[in-house]
Amino acid sequence: MATEAVIERRSTGHRLAGLLHGRPRLQVGALLAGPVGWLVIGYLGSLALLLVAAFWSVDPLSGATIKKFTLENFESLVNEPVYRTIVWRTIRTALLVTLTDAIIAFPIAFYMAKLASRRGKALLVVGILLPLWSSYLVKVYAWRTLLSTDGAIHWALSPIGLDTPGYGTTAVWLVFSYLWLPYMILPIYAGLERIPNSLISASEDLGASPFTTFRRVILPLSFPAVVAGSIFTFSLTLGDYITPRLVSNDQFIGNVIFNNIANNQPFAAALALVPIVVMIAYLLVARKLGAFEHV
Amino acid sequence: MRSKGGNPARTAWLIAGGLLAAMLLFAGCGSSSSNSGEELQKVGKGEGSLNLISWAGYVEPAWSKPFEQKTGCKVSDKEAGTSDEMVELMKTGQYDGVSASGNATARLVAANLVDPVNVSLVPNYKTVFSDLKNQPYNTFEGVHYGIPHGRGANLLMWNGNDVKPAPDSWDIMFDPKIAAKYKGKISVYDESSYIADAALYLKVHKPELGIENPYELNEEQFNAAIELLKEQRKNVGEYWSEAAKQISAFAGGDVTVGTTWQYQYFALKEEGVPVKASPASQGFLPKEGATGWSDTWMISSEAKHPNCMYEWMNWIIEPKVNAEVAEFFGEAPAQEKACEHTANPNFCSEYHAEEPAFWKRVYYWETPLADCGNGEEDCKDYNDWVKAWTSIKG
Repeated sequence: MATEAVIERRSTGHRLAGLLHGRPRLQVGALLAGPVGWLVIGYLGSLALLLVAAFWSVDPLSGATIKKFTLENFESLVNEPVYRTIVWRTIRTALLVTLTDAIIAFPIAFYMAKLASRRGKALLVVGILLPLWSSYLVKVYAWRTLLSTDGAIHWALSPIGLDTPGYGTTAVWLVFSYLWLPYMILPIYAGLERIPNSLISASEDLGASPFTTFRRVILPLSFPAVVAGSIFTFSLTLGDYITPRLVSNDQFIGNVIFNNIANNQPFAAALALVPIVVMIAYLLVARKLGAFEHV
Repeated sequence: MRSKGGNPARTAWLIAGGLLAAMLLFAGCGSSSSNSGEELQKVGKGEGSLNLISWAGYVEPAWSKPFEQKTGCKVSDKEAGTSDEMVELMKTGQYDGVSASGNATARLVAANLVDPVNVSLVPNYKTVFSDLKNQPYNTFEGVHYGIPHGRGANLLMWNGNDVKPAPDSWDIMFDPKIAAKYKGKISVYDESSYIADAALYLKVHKPELGIENPYELNEEQFNAAIELLKEQRKNVGEYWSEAAKQISAFAGGDVTVGTTWQYQYFALKEEGVPVKASPASQGFLPKEGATGWSDTWMISSEAKHPNCMYEWMNWIIEPKVNAEVAEFFGEAPAQEKACEHTANPNFCSEYHAEEPAFWKRVYYWETPLADCGNGEEDCKDYNDWVKAWTSIKG
């Protein structure tokens, strides 16, 4: 009788604690249920919905979805040449921006990791992170002003007989390369930081020239970091639509999705699958190149 | 770890079960929105706030602050650049109302995103110009769906220093020979509705196509308009869909001629940029006429502040307020009595507010439908327009 009364009086919290006691798997399960639930429902769930929606169609007037299986979205995606042009333009720009950022980022990251003083290092890290604190739109509009016919670039270049590239494909490439540069510098910096200086000394002792040391020691060891950085620059370019819209007339995949989303969500969904497929392919290649070994 | 009791497989199943239950709960929460489809019967006390979607320049502190003081409804406004954006924003169900143009209204009604408006609860509606009432873009099957705000034409604007003599026709943007003189300096509105501008040009310059209404195009007429726009593409400097983008392009000298709205025209003049448009005495119209808009305030079917929205719809056509709104934006007011209150006494005659005949040359934006009244359902519908617009820009 007495024990029963004691059990009665125990609060729900206590009972729960009792239930979890000595059951580590249940404990871990309860702890992870929230984040895993978010991943599965909120994240993968919406992707699944996107995949399904791509096979539907719409009522032309109301934009209401007709939930009947059809392949027409994919047919027009494949058959109309304009979409091929746009997909290819997007991928090409993403690759070009990635390459540009890698070439600019590597020396900066190398200086930061191996040459700069403690103070200099801290200053550089702050300097690189600083642009990330201001709004994306402000930065793109600033570039609009810079690139304008009477803008600062025109003013700076006209004395040497050159001119601003104006709004267009070149402008898109410039602005993207500027915007995503920090995302390339930081992983490379982290990768180079991890290479022990003793390896460089050893290479020197064995008679290797600085160029050989770079080619045979530093580059192979930091390459996975470059690939990791390229995932950011590549995927960010692939998904952006505001920069192309503000500094050019070029249409990217994102612009076409944006144009169709108000009235034809299934077609927008079909288009949205294109960058996903491209990204999966890119990640598979990145894994082959060892980008995930140090993550 | 493994020794301490518990069956891993069983635990995993338990977690999966829990997740599934959570997911169902989640899904259940999401699918319970009501669509009343009923008009309000009585305007009650304001709910304290109001969320609007509007065109740039439609909700300005000059008249939204006095509204807040009078009704206690705090106004938050979201500006949209295109009708598509407005429809998209309305789908979120987070707004009480929208200043929709004719190329959005039919879609909003068909998708049940807006409710009918009980015009007897809007006292100022009585004195709205009669040629703005019961129009196909604001009244559907005899049911009123909104309160007219004002109307105007899309403008042809040019930089007076670069373009001489002053153009009086859309030739400057569409005739390949004339437009080529301004290659890379032409500014074009970035939305599929611009196809109608090309169709309007063809209506006058290629009468053999037999275009009547630039929003009702059959295959042949539509293709001719697309061809013209693809030709124009070569000369276009920039497509714009945000007013701010076009303002910066004209101010920076990147473009010198283009299609625009009064809002940008006045903003640029204020900045001292020597822009010009067809004179107001011609109603800003080039000789072919122009596409234009007649905007309607509509109430969301999921409005959380319906009383405030009714207060707003009455406020915006209050004679004094409507005069202020119209003069600020540069459009013809919807309210007859507004003409007595304009700061410029000739405003209404300059903007032809009281001349129904004038507005026959302005083709208000409409949603293109397959069923365009010829009984054959062979017109190009809105999705065709959007896809064609993508292919024009390439």
